[in-house]
Amino acid sequence: MYTQALNTKETVTAAEDPAREARFQARIDAEDRIEPNDWMPEAYRRTLVRQISQHAHSEIIGMQPEGNWITRAPSLRRKAALLAKVQDEGGHGLYLYAAAETLGVSREEVTDQLLSGRAKYSSIFNYPTLTWADIGTIGWLVDGAAIMNQIPLCRCSYGPYARAMIRICREESFHQRQGYEIMVTLANGTPEQKEMAQDALNRWWWPSLMMFGPPDTASQHSDKSMQWKIKRFSNDELRQKFIDATVPQARHIGLTMPDPDMRFNEATGHWEHGPIDWEEFKRVIAGGGPCNRQRLTHRNKVHAEGAWVREAALAFAEKERARTQQKAA
Amino acid sequence: MTEAPTPLWEVFVRSRNGLAHKHAGSVHAADAQMALQAARDVYTRRGEGLSVWVVPSNAITASDPADREMLFEPTGSKIYRHPTFYEVPDEVGHM
Repeated sequence: MYTQALNTKETVTAAEDPAREARFQARIDAEDRIEPNDWMPEAYRRTLVRQISQHAHSEIIGMQPEGNWITRAPSLRRKAALLAKVQDEGGHGLYLYAAAETLGVSREEVTDQLLSGRAKYSSIFNYPTLTWADIGTIGWLVDGAAIMNQIPLCRCSYGPYARAMIRICREESFHQRQGYEIMVTLANGTPEQKEMAQDALNRWWWPSLMMFGPPDTASQHSDKSMQWKIKRFSNDELRQKFIDATVPQARHIGLTMPDPDMRFNEATGHWEHGPIDWEEFKRVIAGGGPCNRQRLTHRNKVHAEGAWVREAALAFAEKERARTQQKAA
Repeated sequence: MTEAPTPLWEVFVRSRNGLAHKHAGSVHAADAQMALQAARDVYTRRGEGLSVWVVPSNAITASDPADREMLFEPTGSKIYRHPTFYEVPDEVGHM
C-alpha cells in the first residue's frame, strides 16, 4: 500500500527540527502507531531499517541449519513438519523485508548488505546442527527465545513491523511446540536418545541465552529504542523471562541445564544463571563462529545460481508486455 | 553485474466469502502471474484465504499524511451526519 515514490528520505533540515521531533515523540508516548509516509527522525528510520532487515536476514540464514536435516528426518511426520517450518522461516524473512522496504530501502540494497557481509544476523545461526536432537532443541529453545523477543515487538511503534510480527508470532508457536515434542520423544526414548537430547541442550543453551543480546549495562542501542517504543523490555528482562519459562520445561523431561550455578531464588521467584561468556558472543558476531563462513558462502552461492531465473522471469514479463501492446495497436 | 530490480506488488486476501479483500503485505515478482503464485505461497499457508488480489505497488495513489487534517478533520464537527444527533420521542420506540 506504500507507494515507493513517497518513501524518499527526509532532508537533513527536516530531521533536525526539534519541534517536529517533539511532536513525533508525543505521538509515540500516546501509543499512536507510526506509518510509512509519516514524518520520522532520520535516526528512527535508520534504527528500524537496521533492526528489521537484520531480523529478516536471521530468518533467511536460519533456514540453513534446519534445512540440513530435512532429508534425514526420522519419519514422514517429522519431515513434513520440518519442511513446513523451514518454509515458514522463508515466509517470515519475506514479511520482514517488505516491512523494511516501506522505510525507503530496496530489497536489492538489503540483500546486498547481507551477501557482502556488511549486515549482521542473529548469532545463533552460526552454530552447526550436528544431530537430529539439534532440530528439537532449535525449535524449543531458539524459537522459544525468538517468541520472547517477538511478542513485545507486536506492539512496536512502527506499524508495518508490528503487523509483520503479529503474523510471525502466530506461526512461531507451532515451531516451538514441534521442537519440544521432538525433545519429549527423545528424552523418553532409549538411553542413547536421551543422551543425544542432553548433548544438544548442552551445546545450544548458552548460545540461546546470548540471542537476547549483551547485558543491559553494555547495550548500545537500547535506550533510544525504548524511548521510541521499538523495544519494550530490556535484554536482561527478556532473558530472565525466557529462563523462567524454560527451566521447568527441561526438568519436566528430565534434562539438566548445563549451568552448575543455576539456582532458584525463593525470594525473587526467578531462576538465576551463571556468567555468560560474552567473549564468545562477540567472536561469533564478528564472524568467528563455527559456521559464519559456511552460512554466507552458501547464501551467496544460492543467490548467484538463481540470477538466471530472475533474469529470465523479467525478460519473459517484458516480452509478454510488448506482445500485449502490439496486439492492442 | 547489477541486476534489474524485480517489481513490487501489494497483496490483498479475502479470508472468507462475505468479507472484503484486506491488505496482507507485499511481494516481489516479475509479472502478475508469478506475483499471484508468490502471494499464495507467502500469505496463505494456513487457510488464511479464499481469494487473492495482487496490484502493482506503483499503481496505488496514496494520500499524503501531511494532508491528514485538511482531508479528514472537517468531518469531526459534522455531528449532524450521525443518527444520534436527532431526537426521536421516547414513545416512538426504536428507530
